[in-house]
Amino acid sequence: MLLFILLTHLAIGVAILGSGDRLGRRAFAVAALAPALTVGWAITQASGVIGSSSGGSGMSDGVPVSFSWMWVEQLGLQLDLRLDGFGLVMVSLVSGIGLMVCIYAMGYFSYPKPGTARLAGLMTLFAGAMLGVVLSDHLLALFVFWELTSITSYLLIGNDDRNPRARAAALQAILITGAGGLVMLVGLIIIGQSAGTYLISELLLNPPTDGVIAAGVICVLVGAFTKSAQAPFGSWLPGAMVAPTPISAYLHSATMVKAGVYLVARLAPILATTGQWRVLVLSVGAVTMVIGGLRAMRQYDLKLLLAYGTISQLGFLMLMFGTGEYKIAQAAVVLILAHGAFKAALFMVVGIVDHEVGTRDIRELHGFGSSWRPTVVVGILAAASMAGLPPLLGFVGKEKALDTYITYGDFTGSGVVLGVIVVGSMLTFAYSARFVLGLLGHFGVADKPNRSAEAHAPSAMFLGPAAVLTVLTVLLGLAPRLVDPLVAAATTALDPTASPSTVKLWAGFNAALGLSVLVIGVGLLLVWKRAPVARLQRRFSDAISWIPSAERGFLVALRSVTDGSKRLTAVVQSGSLPIYLLIIISVVAIAPLIPALSAWSDLPPLVDVPLHVPLAALVIAASLGASIVKRRISAALMLGAVGYAMAGFFIVQGAPDLALTQLVIETLATVLFVLVLRFLPTRWADRSPAVARPIRLTVSVAAAVSVFVLALVAAGSRDSVSEANISVEMIARSAPEAKGNNIVNVILVDFRGLDTLGEITVLVVSGVGAVALARAGRRRLMLGSDAADEVADYEWSEHEPVPSAAPVAGEMDQ
Amino acid sequence: MSVLVAFVAAVLVGCGTWLLLQRRLSRIIIGVGLLGHAGNMLLMVSGGRRGTAPLIGTGDPAGFSDPLPQALALTAIVITFGITLFLLALGFRSWQLTNDDVVEDDVEDRFIARQQRVDRDIADEILAEAAQAAEEDRR
Repeated sequence: MLLFILLTHLAIGVAILGSGDRLGRRAFAVAALAPALTVGWAITQASGVIGSSSGGSGMSDGVPVSFSWMWVEQLGLQLDLRLDGFGLVMVSLVSGIGLMVCIYAMGYFSYPKPGTARLAGLMTLFAGAMLGVVLSDHLLALFVFWELTSITSYLLIGNDDRNPRARAAALQAILITGAGGLVMLVGLIIIGQSAGTYLISELLLNPPTDGVIAAGVICVLVGAFTKSAQAPFGSWLPGAMVAPTPISAYLHSATMVKAGVYLVARLAPILATTGQWRVLVLSVGAVTMVIGGLRAMRQYDLKLLLAYGTISQLGFLMLMFGTGEYKIAQAAVVLILAHGAFKAALFMVVGIVDHEVGTRDIRELHGFGSSWRPTVVVGILAAASMAGLPPLLGFVGKEKALDTYITYGDFTGSGVVLGVIVVGSMLTFAYSARFVLGLLGHFGVADKPNRSAEAHAPSAMFLGPAAVLTVLTVLLGLAPRLVDPLVAAATTALDPTASPSTVKLWAGFNAALGLSVLVIGVGLLLVWKRAPVARLQRRFSDAISWIPSAERGFLVALRSVTDGSKRLTAVVQSGSLPIYLLIIISVVAIAPLIPALSAWSDLPPLVDVPLHVPLAALVIAASLGASIVKRRISAALMLGAVGYAMAGFFIVQGAPDLALTQLVIETLATVLFVLVLRFLPTRWADRSPAVARPIRLTVSVAAAVSVFVLALVAAGSRDSVSEANISVEMIARSAPEAKGNNIVNVILVDFRGLDTLGEITVLVVSGVGAVALARAGRRRLMLGSDAADEVADYEWSEHEPVPSAAPVAGEMDQ
Repeated sequence: MSVLVAFVAAVLVGCGTWLLLQRRLSRIIIGVGLLGHAGNMLLMVSGGRRGTAPLIGTGDPAGFSDPLPQALALTAIVITFGITLFLLALGFRSWQLTNDDVVEDDVEDRFIARQQRVDRDIADEILAEAAQAAEEDRR
């Protein structure tokens, strides 16, 4: 069934994509089938996965649903899917919010444009991939699904492919997350290899302790940070906001950006005490939480405000899950649910405003009429949950987070992290308030058009999904016991040794409550004094503007890569055949020298046979002559001379067949040379630049030296293995088995017959090619001079418009 | 195998390379021919022992020269001839089209190499975007 769910997403997604634009916005109704099915199935599985016991009573006895399919047995590649408690939390986010987003999108795309249906198809594919991420038990399968979410995210951001901003943002997103994914793959392999298993469930039972794990940890974290938009890799997330709001609500707040958090949550209990894990996760999470909050406070675009808020919240989740302490992780599970619910609702509200008013700029919102009241209430409640106000789910999560951090944060630096969480929560309160005030019209600028007053209120179906999510936020905030079993099961799934406590709305008067009061108090102060705070922030950002931002760093890197590759192409692809050959020959000449010199042995005798001396003299003289003379025919004849001398060598060697072949071929070749060269000018002038000569000479000498050394080293290497010499066997079997007395002949036509077949094929191909080339010219010559001129004109005037002949003929007829 | 033969092979390679690096197709063809000879020579002399012709019935098989490298070299000779034939046909065609046999640079490659940044880079796109956003933010 697990596999069936994934395949259903694939099938529905492909079907929607295949139907093109025919479905229009109804495509989202079709797309909703997949998450609806998943939610329904998850509900039927919930009781088994969660188990009977709830939080507070110790271990959960839930049994995970799993599925395993061996794919490539030899490589140990198998598809392991597993639905445990934490998986159930993620599935409810992916498919629950997915379902809401699909319904919402039907209202959002009330006037579908070309490509709208494509969004639905891609979103379904993304949902399938995301389910794959949270259901995979095998690290490599997780990686594959992980990359699939990056790719579908790229396509979704860049769906409006005529918009250069969308293309640029999509590219930025996939470059950053893709690069991070590759680094992560390295880390996953390091972890998997040194632990001896790629299954998360097995890793959990036998945590690896190998030294190299530390490197793997860093690599995996880089992947998680890029995906979850952590500093300094977060620059792609605000850019991704060019995507339509349903996409942003789904991918870039509720699900995909949580993949990094998910991975950290899964691996933290295994690796938290390994290497630099805690230092890295906690410092990056802390920086991200504060910077994201500060930036969110400065936005005028509601959607960007939410985007930076998401970055900040993701940093918060990192701070929680990254500790590897199950108590703190339990609070994080509540938070991840709360964040999914309120952030998706907030995005939906922004989308409604954008859709009905036509702007998301809070300076152009001057307050809404009474018909908008439900929408505004939904927005305020969701924002209140984000700010951590009671009695909402966001408050429950944040309260538990502070409480567990105070009580169980006993590692180095936990006090600092707690401080950061408090400061980050104050900022969260401030930008949540900014969102609400913006929605109410407090930032409306008088000289900007008031477009909100006469805007139509959204239909019930349009607002419905956001309202449902907000009702959930309120309901679960008032009665956290409803979500308690799920949270407990998720905590136990993350860490089997966990004994989760109960999630409560009211936990009595404790330090956490004090901190919450402090957060709200300072938050109110920040809101009350928002003008001076904004001035201070601007002055601060001006003061640090000399520090290159991560965005700028990315862009400069991107540009230098494209520029560098252009320059490299210009160098290596110069279009000059001699330069290409020069590079190839240099490599061929130098590379073998290194092993050859290390295998150096004694020199062979200076001269083997006296008869070699005159032959050698002839070859050397003729080949040097062929290289120097400036007459084509002379050079060809000298090549012939070398060939005949070679035949002499063959005779001395005891190879009459070779000598015979060489003589015949050389004669034939010389005749051909003369036939062709008689057309060409007898002499040539050297037009090459002066610098070319010494370079060519150097490379030629280098090649010669390399071959010389190689020949000496390889001398007689075959004789040294004479016991296993294949030739002895060939000599012995030639007559009895192949009935031939000429052993070379037997080898050619019998022992190595296929080789000869290949040789014949080469000859046929080159012969056919040569004949075609020769005849191509003959046909031209037979066309007569006019036709030949015409062909020549055509070839030379390729880039100029050639007037068509037909209309001219028509005019002449008239 | 002797130093002399190795030296001959080296000279053949050197001359062949020199000619291969020229601009004239006819010289390149001759270079290919010389390199082919060099290859055959290396094959022969590094391959095995010298001896009498490997013909059964003409003497003691123990004194035969090594037949296998001979078979390989024979194949190589024929294939070198095939390549020479094809290159000569190319030279003939080149003469028909240009009245000469110069191997010119690939114009398309040159064009790519010298191409200035015609299209705006995607990085510029984002940079402009970011600058604009910063500008708006300041106001």
